[in-house]
Amino acid sequence: MKETTVDKILGHPLNAWYVAAWDHEVNRKPLARTVANRPLALYRTEDGDAVALADACWHRLAPLSMGKLEGRDGIRCPYHGILYNSAGRCVSMPAQETINPSATVASFPVVERYRYVWVWLGDAALADPELVPDMHQMDDPEWAGDGLTISVDCNYQLVLDNLMDLTHEEFVHSSSIGQEALSESEFTVHHDERTVTVERWMLGIDAPPFWLKNMRDKFPGFEGKVDRWQIIHFESPTTINIDVGVARAGTGAPQGDRSQGVNGYVMNTISPVTDRSSRYFWAFMRNYRLESQVITTQLRDGVSGVFREDEDMLVAQQAAIDANPDYEFYSLNIDAGGMWVRRLIERQLAAEGRLPAPVAAG
Amino acid sequence: MATSHAAVWQRATVVDSTALTDDIRRIVLAPDHPAKVDAGAHIDVRVPIGGVLDRRSYSVVDAGPDGRTLAISALDSPRSRGGARAMHALRPGDTVEITQPIVDFPLRVGAAHYVLLAGGIGITAVMGMARVLRSVGADYTLVYAGRSRPALAYVEHVQNAHGDRLRLHITDEGNPLDVTELVGGVEPGTELYLCGPIRLMDAVRRAWIERELPYPDLRFETFGNSGWFAPEDFVVRIPRIGAEVTVRATETMLEALEAAEVDLMFDCRKGECGLCEVRVLDLDGDIDHRDVFYSERQKDSRGTMCCCVSRAVAPPGGTAVVTIDIS
Ligand code: FES
Ligand code: FES
Ligand SMILES: [Fe+2]
Repeated sequence: MKETTVDKILGHPLNAWYVAAWDHEVNRKPLARTVANRPLALYRTEDGDAVALADACWHRLAPLSMGKLEGRDGIRCPYHGILYNSAGRCVSMPAQETINPSATVASFPVVERYRYVWVWLGDAALADPELVPDMHQMDDPEWAGDGLTISVDCNYQLVLDNLMDLTHEEFVHSSSIGQEALSESEFTVHHDERTVTVERWMLGIDAPPFWLKNMRDKFPGFEGKVDRWQIIHFESPTTINIDVGVARAGTGAPQGDRSQGVNGYVMNTISPVTDRSSRYFWAFMRNYRLESQVITTQLRDGVSGVFREDEDMLVAQQAAIDANPDYEFYSLNIDAGGMWVRRLIERQLAAEGRLPAPVAAG
Repeated sequence: MATSHAAVWQRATVVDSTALTDDIRRIVLAPDHPAKVDAGAHIDVRVPIGGVLDRRSYSVVDAGPDGRTLAISALDSPRSRGGARAMHALRPGDTVEITQPIVDFPLRVGAAHYVLLAGGIGITAVMGMARVLRSVGADYTLVYAGRSRPALAYVEHVQNAHGDRLRLHITDEGNPLDVTELVGGVEPGTELYLCGPIRLMDAVRRAWIERELPYPDLRFETFGNSGWFAPEDFVVRIPRIGAEVTVRATETMLEALEAAEVDLMFDCRKGECGLCEVRVLDLDGDIDHRDVFYSERQKDSRGTMCCCVSRAVAPPGGTAVVTIDIS
């Protein structure tokens, strides 16, 4: 049996859906995006279908993303003019009368869901759209909100670690959402084959500034203690949706009555770019005051500021990791959620034959 | 695809060799460095032909877990160039040099319908694809055509594996393949993957173009070893450098010219890229164009040929002589 590993640069599963872009970013002008070490040229056909081709022409590997879209679904290489269709097949070789049958570039499976364009870079025969992680709050009429993208220079697993343990809020986000109650409260962890859940309740506490504002958006003039929750839902391999909120203390939120509170979902999905860089797609969705565009913008900007604090920490952490190649990671009890995530990912890597030995099931 | 094109040579041990038909043997190899095998992959094998190591391509028919074993099948017919004889002589324990699995004929998952069309030994190139399409629940038809039942390898296997999705066409049993009917019945949105002799490929290509189906949806693989005529010896003259070379039936024109130290450019060596083009100055006989680089018009003009695959054919009662110039 293999020991639990704490590889500092964790590989990423390939048989998985990763977000390549927001839906609005993929247009009739090619977009260059690297996902999981694979450079992609993303575009949309005239029929509106998103396409992800390998961003390297079959001929001399010039980037197709620098080329022009042509016809209903084609893209022309900017260098010697080979024209490909959305399946990555050469449709025209300008300098000859025939088409070389080998002339193809990889066309990766794409699914558009939850305002994102997802790509599958592994075995296409396994690319089941049912495996797209549940992020339904992103476009559910019961929820409103918006988000942004962070390009962060660190291994994607550091971002997952960051989101799976929120005790860091007390130290990294002390001015907005951090409070001592976080690291003092108990938490529970559950896992199955594809998910890990970390649940934490803080009862009868003062609302930190971010949450006090949200309470007052829904309940003008609100004063008093709150019950606060953070329920972190991880879905393999890189999606973390965090059910967060506060309610008037003692009004039954832990028992399921959240009517006296405000509820948000922090939607996060992380796409490895290279081994040391990631693209982190997030949004803050809420289920109250759906009509208020001002609140949408305020929440997006507020969370954006919070996440900038994470980004600074993650980049600094990656730099320190790289500067200390002979030092290892050690773990704390608060890492339980993150360590389950790591184990699920390692099992998936092992199943893909990309990790020397599988971790025993448990 | 560009990513998997470059050959990396390694050693493989023969673990099994079984006769499937009078002419076809199944050879199972255990490579020293196993790698995952995708549908449509082939390996190149270095085979001794007349004392020289030469390179031949074979589709991977099926593979063990993680590519730890690779099964190929070799046809030895009077028309083959000698490589097959050496392949047929392989026995368990022998070693050969092979490349990693290379995919120049990738299967795209996600088309509305598929036709996989195999002529004879071409079944080896599409069996893996049929397996994938079955496992993803795609709408596919496997069409397998040949002269006679004993000449068709893996018939029982594909019957068992693909049931109703298999269409068998056996000429000797009065049920030959009608290409026009097959292509005529193809539904829009169909991708057709084809591997077979050049006559079949040509007939399908014509029918496909005639029906104005999208050309990129016709997928085919050729290793350039199938022609309109049986290979025979012929003579190549290159007046500019004063060379005269006899090309034996068992070698390609490019191989013969290389052996005579004529400095020629080439890349694919299977009739696709056109880099090995030579200009035909004079011709006694005809040209057996075996490439897919030239259009019909260019082939008919007989002004150039791809010397990696194409050959000269003798005039009645004589020996073919082709006089060429090179770059
Ligand atoms: S690099 Fe694209 S056509 Fe030459
Ligand atoms: S070398 Fe490519 S066609 Fe002959
Ligand atoms: Fe944070």
